[in-house]
Parts: sequence; structure tokens; C-alpha cells
Amino acid sequence: MAKMTLEELRALRDSKRQDLARRDVEGKEIQIIVGMGTCGIAAGAKLTFDAIVEAVQRHGLEDKVVIRQTGCMGLCYVEPTVEVVMPGMPTVIYGKMTQDIADKFVRKHLVEHSLLDNHIFDRPAADIIKK
Amino acid sequence: MAYKNFILVCGGTGCESSRSDEIYRNLLAEAEAQGVKSDVQIVKTGCFGFCEKGPIVKVLPSESFYVEVKPEDAKEIIAEQVVKGREVKRLLYRKEQKTQDSAKVEDIEFYQKQFRIVLRNCGVINPENIEEYIARDGYRALERVLFEMTPEQVIAEIKASGLRGRGGAGFPTGIKWETARKAVSDVKYIVCNADEGDPGAYMDRSTIEGDPHSVLEAMIIAGKAIGANMGYVYIRAEYPLAIERLKTAIAQAKEMGLMGKNILNSGFDFDVEIRLGAGAFVCGEETALLKSIEGNRGMPVPKPPFPAEKGLWGKPTVINNVETLANVPVILTKGAAWFASMGTEKSKGTKVFALTGKINNSGLIEVPMGTTLREIIFDIGGGIKGGKKFKGVQTGGPSGGIIVEKDLDTPISYESLVALGSMMGSGGMIVMDEDDCVVDVSKFYMAFCVDESCGKCSPCRIGTKQMYNLLDKISKGNGEMKDLENLEKIGKAMTKASLCMLGGSAANPTLSTIRHFRDEYIEHIVDHKCRAGKCKDLVVYSIDAEKCIGCGLCARKCPVPCITGEKKKPHVIDASRCIKCGECFKACKFGAVVKS
Ligand SMILES: Cc1cc2nc3c(=O)[nH]c(=O)nc-3n(C[C@H](O)[C@H](O)[C@H](O)COP(=O)(O)O)c2cc1C
Ligand code: SF4
Ligand code: SF4
Repeated sequence: MAKMTLEELRALRDSKRQDLARRDVEGKEIQIIVGMGTCGIAAGAKLTFDAIVEAVQRHGLEDKVVIRQTGCMGLCYVEPTVEVVMPGMPTVIYGKMTQDIADKFVRKHLVEHSLLDNHIFDRPAADIIKK
Repeated sequence: MAYKNFILVCGGTGCESSRSDEIYRNLLAEAEAQGVKSDVQIVKTGCFGFCEKGPIVKVLPSESFYVEVKPEDAKEIIAEQVVKGREVKRLLYRKEQKTQDSAKVEDIEFYQKQFRIVLRNCGVINPENIEEYIARDGYRALERVLFEMTPEQVIAEIKASGLRGRGGAGFPTGIKWETARKAVSDVKYIVCNADEGDPGAYMDRSTIEGDPHSVLEAMIIAGKAIGANMGYVYIRAEYPLAIERLKTAIAQAKEMGLMGKNILNSGFDFDVEIRLGAGAFVCGEETALLKSIEGNRGMPVPKPPFPAEKGLWGKPTVINNVETLANVPVILTKGAAWFASMGTEKSKGTKVFALTGKINNSGLIEVPMGTTLREIIFDIGGGIKGGKKFKGVQTGGPSGGIIVEKDLDTPISYESLVALGSMMGSGGMIVMDEDDCVVDVSKFYMAFCVDESCGKCSPCRIGTKQMYNLLDKISKGNGEMKDLENLEKIGKAMTKASLCMLGGSAANPTLSTIRHFRDEYIEHIVDHKCRAGKCKDLVVYSIDAEKCIGCGLCARKCPVPCITGEKKKPHVIDASRCIKCGECFKACKFGAVVKS
């Protein structure tokens, strides 16, 4: 993208904000967001990321799912953490998501629409930006 | 199959002990009994960080938040919420003095103890995508600063917010900026201090890793406010991921015209470059840091002149900590009054802490100033690991002190922590339990200061080494009572006479532990005893022949090995060869290995 003017910056912000509000990215309605700070990576977040990519393919969901990364959510004691946003399911954050449960996670949450036991954690604070 | 409701039962250690398991089973049984098993999924979760009101049950998608739930309440929750689709009003969390009926989890007013300004985007956006930052009000503050405000107005706003430096000293940021603005010079600089060298701290690293643009935007704003066109981020080379994300962010900002020449056609130029630090603690001290950027050896120089008057290459320089800067864009979009409404009289806004040590929920937390240590440790942190007894919490790392049980209800502020003999520091918070020894901890921090002292001034160079020797002597059981006095004397001299605050605060951990745990020091000196069993020279492991059944487990675990004995006969430890690792003590299932 080229250098912007003030007006272009404002237009970009508005359009991106609507994208975020729509909750689907690139026409894909399921978002999986993996925490990839140093603490997450040390706990195996990269392996988890790859294992989720594989599991999504195995279940034939690659057309519906985008997998993204984010920074540290602050839940260092239960890294790696993964947030899932999808229609028909409440948005939840899973902790202790090591690579070995990636498949179970995709099957239960994405396919069977049910939550995983003993892995849900709470976002630690409300969002001050969201209006 | 699709569930209509999800009931989350908190299974954190705090709630677990208050019967969350029974609640879980009752909910399952009730769902079955009331014929709604296929409508609702009941799951156990991790800790909600609100243990004081546990057990906690949350229902989705209605976001109903129930507190102090009892196993008997299961029937009503299923009958009302799942069958009839209504909330169980009497169980909803209500903040004291509030009258609203419903407590939506999203509502800040309500249950969360944490409040995220600095970490607003961490764990939310992709830090490698500038558009996501922009979508969440990113570079909105810069717009205001470039097109709607004068530099004086920007400084007035920062002053009015009450923002103070988060790098340790707590100097008012607005006043620092004003001084630099008033300094007359053709060239000025902005420096971001991302050195973060104290053991146990990783707040600044996480902030840059999770939201690099928040820091960059603030640097550009600071540049406009004081009249600088160049900024440096001084970051330790040990933070490769943070450095990489920062580089990506700088490249994206430049490409989009948010950094570099003629930003957004405003006529204002600002560039940012990265300087890598080699990891010396003293290089976090502002004058040493500036020397290091200049390419010289990182050693402090006397102040005044302060960097805001004469800093980098002798030019006026604003040096701010990462966390200080990350607050700036929010202050300018939400307003100084909004920011100043949070916190105590003299400490406004929030503080980020890296909560570590013997705590259940270790992690990166951000709380409003004025939150108590008890809330942090026992609610957010979920209490002490393994149900052990709390001993103290070290704030301020090697420059701070220990805070003990009786002071846990103090609201956190710069002033209150100093009054307790500690300090805010940059935000490391290390929790200790009964198994930690204060002499051992003080010795650890003093060893760190001996290593990190730059050696320029004698109170610090010699004082830290002398204090270390005394602590070492005490930990080995060779201490004398006059050593305690000498520790205090040397400590006071260092505090007064050192050139920089490395030496000026190096005695704090020792002085504060002597103050609160004098009896334990005396125990080491007089009784040659370390009650926590950490000072190895004072611990003797032996085997109680009465209790030993001769299973041989300890002998197999001993790394030396120095335990002998025939099968089914009492075993013996050869004390002369024992390295006091404690493996035998941990291994024995019959309590036959004795530590004394
Ligand atoms: C030994 C020593 C180490 C320091 N390390 C850091 C550090 O790692 N990060 C930091 O921001 N400030 C550190 N400081 C404080 C800085 O000197 C300075 O006060 C701070 O960067 C100013 O920014 P602020 O006003 O935004 O806090 C250190 C000070 C001393 C004496
Ligand atoms: S107090 Fe220590 S670190 Fe600071 S200048 Fe003196 S010797 Fe160097
Ligand atoms: S403390 Fe360690 S070295 Fe000593 S006897 Fe036990 S296992 Fe062996």
C-alpha cells in the first residue's frame, strides 16, 4: 500500500472496523486465533498452530477456516492459548492447547459444535476499544 | 445436534475446593432429569480469576455470570436458564452498591479486576498486521496530534492525565515532555527504553510482541510534541521476536506514510530506528542507555543535566519506558479525564505486572492503580501453589523489597510501595511461599547486583560485594550478630552515596527482609538453621531408622549416590558425601528421610 493521506487513513479504519465487526475474514466464517508471544511459542504454540492447520485439512474445513496469530493474552500459566470465533457457538478461549489435542479440538468444536472440557479460560479483562 | 446453551463451571483450584465438582455433577444430573440434556452442554473450565466470589458459573450465549453458587442451585439454573430461558437473578453477580439486575460479563464495571489499557491489543490483534491496529483506533491519536492539536495542547493533555513513568522512577511524563519542548535546540530525540533487565520481568517484551504500533505511534506523538524528528528504540538483543515484530511494524508504518517524511501530508517528519542492547542491567538506566546508543560503554553519568535538557549527543532527549508510551495513544483518544478517573490520588491509570513465582495463575496482568496486592495474588493469581503458606511478594526486582502478609491490603501506588520499603519498579512481582528463604533470596539479588554493577563508583562496586560476602557467610552458618548491623550500615551508605539507582537501590531486598524477617536471619546466625531448607550448608539429611522400611527408593534416587543399606533394613546417608539435593526427602513415601 502506498503512502496515505488523512482521508485515506480514516477510510481504511472505517472499512477495517466493519470487517472486524462482521467477524468473517476473507469470506471465511470460522476464525482460529493462536497466541504467539514468546511465552506461547515456548509452550509449543507453533506446533499447535501447525497441528490445527493439519486437523482443519483432515476434516475438510479449509474453505471455511482462517487461522491467525496474535500476541500474549496474559494467561502464561495455560499457554498455548487459542481463541475461536464462529457462528452458532459462543466465542471462547482455550488454554493448555498443546499439539496433541488439536485434532480433538477441531472435531469437537468446529464439527460437533460442542466445547472442550477443562480447557476454557476467560478473557482477563473487558475490551476498552470495542464500542 | 446443536446445543442452545453452554454452562461453564469454574474448575480453578480456588473454586475446586469450594465444591465446583459437586455443582458440575448436579448440573449434569438435573439436565438429564429435566429432559434438556441435548439442549445444554455443561463443561468445566479453568480459573476465572475471581476466586473471592467462587464457585463461579457462567452461561453462554446469554453471558450470565453467577457467583457463590452452591450445589443445590443446579436445579434452578437448569429449570430457569435452560428450560425457560430466564436468568436466575438471585445468583447474578452485583457489584456492591449497584442496583442493576444483570451482570453481563462484558461489563467492565462489573466483575473483572483487570483493566487493559497498555495491553488493549495484546492477544486481540495480529501484531504483524498494521490494518488490525488501525481498525482498533490505531493512529487515531496521531491524527488528532497532527491535525487538531497544538504541541502545547498535547503536553497539557498528558500532564492532565497524571501519567507517570512506568520504567521505575514514576516521573510525570507530561513534565518531562514539557522540559524537552522548552529546551532550545535544532535537533531533539525520542528514545524508547525497552531494555527490561530485571529478573522476572517481561511486560515490555510482551507489549512490543503483541502491539508494536502502540509504542511507535506514541513515539511519533512525543516527537511532534517536543519537536523531535528522530526516535530510537533501545531493546535487548535477547528479545528476537519483539525485535522482528518491531521491524515489521516500522516497515509497514513507513510504507503507509505514517512514519518517515511528511506524515499523512502534515509536513511533519519522524523516523524510528532500533538499537540493540547487549543485555547489561545498567544499560536500562537512562544515562547509561544514551551512552550505549552513542556507541560508548554503557555507564551512568551524574544528573543533572537531565536527558530532557542534554541527552543523546548532548541534545534534548525524552526517554520513556515502553509501557509509559503505550498509554499515550489511549490518553489522547479517550481523554485525560477518562485516564485520570482511574487509580489513586497521585498514581493514575493502570500498571502491568508480570506475576510469577509460587502462584497458581502466573501471567501478565494489568490492573488499575489502587488495586491491592491481596486482590492480585489471591483473586487474579488464584493464590499460592499447592495450598502452601504465603510468605511475601517481591516487587521492583533487585531494586525493590519484600512485602508481607500484614501489608497486603495496601492499595498499590508509587508512594505506597516505597512506604512499605519496596518500590513499583518496572513491574516484576515474584510471589514467595514458606519454602523460600529470605537470606537465600537476598543473596540471589545481591549476586545479581555484584554482576551488573558497572564499577564506576565505589559505594556500589565495593558495597554490593561486601554485602554479598556477609550474606554468603550467614547462609553458610558462619554469621555473627554484628554482620546484621554491618549489612544495614553498608546498605544505607550505598543507598545514599551511589551514582545511579542500581547501587542506590541494591540494598533494598536485603534491608527489607532484615526488617520483616529479622528472626530468620538470627536463626541462621545463632541456631545455624534455615527453616525453609534452602541454605544447603545448614541442612542435614538423615534417615530415621524407626520409620525406614528399607524399600531402597531413596538410594535409587540419590545422584551421588551416598545412601547405602540392605533390602528391608534401615538405610543410612553418608553425610560427608551428601550434596543436599533433597531428592531422597522428596522420594521417601514413609517420611523416614528427615531434614534438619
Ligand atoms: C539500574 C537501572 C535499570 C533500569 N532499567 C530500566 C529498564 O529496563 N527499562 C526502563 O524503562 N527503565 C529502566 N530504568 C529507569 C530509567 O532510568 C528511566 O527512569 C526510564 O527509562 C524513564 O522512563 P519513564 O519515565 O517512562 O519511566 C532503570 C534504572 C536503573 C537505575
Ligand atoms: S551505582 Fe553501580 S551501576 Fe551505578 S554508576 Fe555506580 S557502580 Fe555503576
Ligand atoms: S540429599 Fe541428595 S545427595 Fe543427599 S542423600 Fe539425599 S539424594 Fe543423596
